Amino acid sequence: MTEQTLFFIFAILAGGGALGVVILQDIVRMAFSLIISLGSTAGLFFLLGADFVAATQLLVYVGGTLVLLIFGVMLTASGPFRRIKMSSGETLLGAAVGLLFFSVIAFTVIGVNWQAVPSHRQVATTPSDQSGNTSRAIGMRLVGIPADAEIGLHSDSGSRTGYLLPFEIVSVHLLVVLVGAAYLARAKRHESTDAAQEDA
Amino acid sequence: MIPTLADTATTIQSTLEGWELSEGWAMFLAAVIHVSLVAGFFGLPAGIFIWAERKVSGRIQDRLGPTRVGGKFGWLQAIADGGKLIQKEDLVPAAADGPLFRVAPYVVVVSSLAALMFLPFSDGWIAVSLDIGLYLMLAVMSLEVIGVILAGYSSGSKWALFGGMREAAQMVSYEIPMSICVVIPVITAGSLNLNEIGAMQSGWAANWILFNDPFTFFAFFIYFVCATASCKRAPFDLAEAESELVAGFLTEYSGFRWSFFFLAEYASMFAVCGIAVLLFLGGWHTGIPGLDPLINGLRYTSESWVFSWLANLLGFTVFFGKASLLVCVQIWVRWTLPRLRIDQVMMTCLKYLVPISCVLFLGAVVWPLALSFTGHTTWGSPTGNRAAPAMQLQSRDAVPPSTSALRLPRLPLAASDSNEDAGR
Repeated sequence: MTEQTLFFIFAILAGGGALGVVILQDIVRMAFSLIISLGSTAGLFFLLGADFVAATQLLVYVGGTLVLLIFGVMLTASGPFRRIKMSSGETLLGAAVGLLFFSVIAFTVIGVNWQAVPSHRQVATTPSDQSGNTSRAIGMRLVGIPADAEIGLHSDSGSRTGYLLPFEIVSVHLLVVLVGAAYLARAKRHESTDAAQEDA
Repeated sequence: MIPTLADTATTIQSTLEGWELSEGWAMFLAAVIHVSLVAGFFGLPAGIFIWAERKVSGRIQDRLGPTRVGGKFGWLQAIADGGKLIQKEDLVPAAADGPLFRVAPYVVVVSSLAALMFLPFSDGWIAVSLDIGLYLMLAVMSLEVIGVILAGYSSGSKWALFGGMREAAQMVSYEIPMSICVVIPVITAGSLNLNEIGAMQSGWAANWILFNDPFTFFAFFIYFVCATASCKRAPFDLAEAESELVAGFLTEYSGFRWSFFFLAEYASMFAVCGIAVLLFLGGWHTGIPGLDPLINGLRYTSESWVFSWLANLLGFTVFFGKASLLVCVQIWVRWTLPRLRIDQVMMTCLKYLVPISCVLFLGAVVWPLALSFTGHTTWGSPTGNRAAPAMQLQSRDAVPPSTSALRLPRLPLAASDSNEDAGR
């Protein structure tokens, strides 16, 4: 009962925030409704007992990415409140892409035989078993140890790397992106200083 | 059995269920009681520290500070301030983006209030006890900057926009060394659970993580600098900068919404200092040799819940005292040092704090390994119950190296299991 109420609150907020991103025109208002949407998604993760994923959602998307987004808008905006005006062709194209993506997700959800799913996980609502305890399991998986198995027993089983290698590859990609961004920013600044000197 | 706050909530809930309330209502009421307690801790430090700030700044500037309100020391000054601010008109400038302007203070208040949920005030006196408590607390506290940026952007004023941009730049860069410095004691303790980290540091003061190795010692100071910057306190108060930017992001705010920002600032000062106390300064332990085992004996082994409750109350007092001391250092620094320029702030972070914290991080990782190779143990004492990772590593000659590498992830498991057993 309680978790259903909470689920509906978070689900409505997540959906409403996402709609707000589409409907609103002021960029920072869009960013704020994106904050509501992403934060509510973190709440849904908490309801599912996935506390680590929820905290990461808050830290990375709400606290990190969105701050940079608003920061970028503030740095680049020419007027006081930056707005996005879209032509009707763009609106139609966007709506078509959105509908296609929605139908992909909807058909996937409908296609699952929910009766066959073995057991719905009991949502922890009492304070004593609030802790999802997922961080330890995630860490073990990262270095290739199944969380439910006894440690030591599978010391010579096949794949020892776990998710560490993919994780590292992704982080090296991010590093490449960062270096590229820094390079682009530097190059631009040199041009602008040259131009300023020419103007002087 | 220790009556932790979580257990208290369960008992509150079950008591309410005994009064023929439904489960949902009982849980709702128990949650309301929890939230009121945390909200009390949101208001209480703010009230004390606002008065302390005025008093300390007065003394530093050779004045008396508040003297009239509430008797001799002006100790009701914070309440008088609040009463004045509530009476003021709730203004929204015509040039502002109304809805965002109104909602920005709430974002700041909610995030700094929610951060207190994950702070253990004494062993088990914690609203939400999670394995990732520290991580989640930092995540929630990082949301505060969104409110400040929104306030700066939506005010429709250039001063406010400058303040908001500076705050964004400062927060984004200072979060990096702060997070790295937070990870260093986490490596030492082997847990992200703030309650566990605090409970590990019993015994005398040498068992505090601060004195565990040189790297944690210096990490504390780097953390404290970054924490001061993350609360936008002077010498890092670039977002306000009242001598350059009028009042920065606060320029257009007045009355109660203005006071929300200040309540949140003092509450988050208390929160970051509380994290520092838990991670480095022994949490709720006194650090006096011989005293902590006595209190722990009272807490864990006594039959009556009154004694363990009293022990926890003493622990709460110690914790609150240590955190208040750190807050007073922040106040002292604010009224002593001049403000840095924005380029100096960024240079301090990117050229000094980030490299220093990276070196400290590396050192803290290598330290237990180096200790185990040289055969030394960490400092610490038999009176403490600290299980330092270095001590566990010493048994490596008893087992083959491959399995000793496998044993490492098991340590936190073992530590938490024993703690949970003690909890039951």
